[in-house]
Amino acid sequence: MSAPAIDVRALTRRFGSFTAVNAITFQVEPGEVFGFLGANGAGKTTAMRMLIGLLTPTSGSATVAGHEVTTEAELDRWRIGYMSQRFSLYEDLTVQENITLFGGIYGLSNKQIAERSSELLGQIGLERTRRELVRAIPLGWKQQLAFLVALLHRPAVVFLDEPTGGVDPITRRRFWELIYQAAQAGTTVLVTTHYLDEAEYCHRVSIMVDGAIAALGTPAEVKRDFGAATLDDVFFALTRPGAVR
Amino acid sequence: MSGSAAGPAVVARGLSRRFGEVAAVDDVSLDVTQGEIFGVIGPDGAGKTTLFRMLVTLLLPDGGTARVLGRDVVRDLWDLRTRIGYMPGRFSLYPDLSVGENLAFFAALFGTTVAAEAGTIAPIWRQLEPFVGRRAGALSGGMKQKLALCCALIHRPEILFLDEPTTGVDAVSRREFWDLLGTLRNSGITIVVSTPYMDEAGRCDRVALMQKGKLLVTDQPAEIGRRYPRPLFAVRGPDLLGLLGALRGFPNAASVWPFGESLHYTDAREAVSSEVIVRELQIHLAGVSISGATVEPIAAGIEDAFMWHMAEEKPA
Repeated sequence: MSAPAIDVRALTRRFGSFTAVNAITFQVEPGEVFGFLGANGAGKTTAMRMLIGLLTPTSGSATVAGHEVTTEAELDRWRIGYMSQRFSLYEDLTVQENITLFGGIYGLSNKQIAERSSELLGQIGLERTRRELVRAIPLGWKQQLAFLVALLHRPAVVFLDEPTGGVDPITRRRFWELIYQAAQAGTTVLVTTHYLDEAEYCHRVSIMVDGAIAALGTPAEVKRDFGAATLDDVFFALTRPGAVR
Repeated sequence: MSGSAAGPAVVARGLSRRFGEVAAVDDVSLDVTQGEIFGVIGPDGAGKTTLFRMLVTLLLPDGGTARVLGRDVVRDLWDLRTRIGYMPGRFSLYPDLSVGENLAFFAALFGTTVAAEAGTIAPIWRQLEPFVGRRAGALSGGMKQKLALCCALIHRPEILFLDEPTTGVDAVSRREFWDLLGTLRNSGITIVVSTPYMDEAGRCDRVALMQKGKLLVTDQPAEIGRRYPRPLFAVRGPDLLGLLGALRGFPNAASVWPFGESLHYTDAREAVSSEVIVRELQIHLAGVSISGATVEPIAAGIEDAFMWHMAEEKPA
């Protein structure tokens, strides 16, 4: 069995007296789609920022694609992709210019950039828009483009922070098909979402509550453990203990 | 509540607004009844915000007309502004004022006081009161929304326009927010609310589905599902991705989409019985070596309907 793509051990982050992430431990296997769920303020973003090397842990360890994030943050970034919930491409550059820019930043050769541009744009049927300003293309396409740009340098692990917020229901599903394609090609995906139906598309999910992981397993396991019909019900039971529905 | 007790709360006819080349709102007509929760449901960029901004007198239409509480949104704007409450999509309170200060400020703007309006805001204030001294900028997403709702209610409006109040808010806080809207509606206030979350349609009395500046359909949520024009089935099995490919390969498939733990299959044929389709699908799946799949006819939901209408508008 290969080493996990993400290996998190007792990872902790405190801000003053507040413990945002409290000794979380989990592993994600290569090629797995892992749903990283939790209410607003549960600590998901803080945990993700540590995993992508933007924030130093207070204690514990985390290895992503074989690199320890606490000691090798710089190196690490070349092995991971990240798509933030805020649209992260340049609106006043064309589709192709965005791809070329990010390809250049990740150290790809011109030849690699040309090859991968055609391949990526073909994958989402966007060749026509190659010369259009990103500002002018519909939101659903922008989100798919941002995802593929995050994959441009063929990272081993990609982090997606609410990639489908506000996107129409058809594009939302197309987006998940892209996620599956990436996973089948061996990329490990860690994704956050507020759409709990999407959590069902993940191989495994974790649910964070108050900085700790309160549930972890396949969607079926998690529902069984909580005797719940839907992940929505699990989520409710965990985040509002004692509340009456 | 004076002068407008009878009659519809909102009447829009052919309402339109362009921004350059883009028809943000394109010939929209709608009627909202007093005392109902009316939902405008659609993804980002559908035109929901532009529609709302015209209805609350903040943006001039370039075609069509709209009356809110019997008053024209262009001619009667000053009268109207004191009677409507509006909560914009972006958090637009003062982040460096406390919860209490923000509320007092908005009360003063409308010539009233927080104490005088205690009854109006009571159901929400109960949840906010523990944070009265906290800076608004330091509240959680769910609490910010509740404060914004309080500020929109402080002058006792007859109608509330809430633009995406639950966007980016987690599933549990969304549920609580909708519970609050139900309480407000029961007190007699009309609520027009927009959301990108299809699952929230069920909390509305009536909804309009909006896409690319147009209303696709307007009806009671359950009715929109009932009007789904083709037989619909939930298909489950151990390998959803394999199942997806196999079903899309079936010649009579109109659409196949993942829906949480199952796939929704719509048959392209109108007048074929469910029993026949279930049998044909099982034969097809067995023929492509997919085992362990179950097929059952189901009623369509809002999201099914939305996707059907989207595909009709522009074939994929």
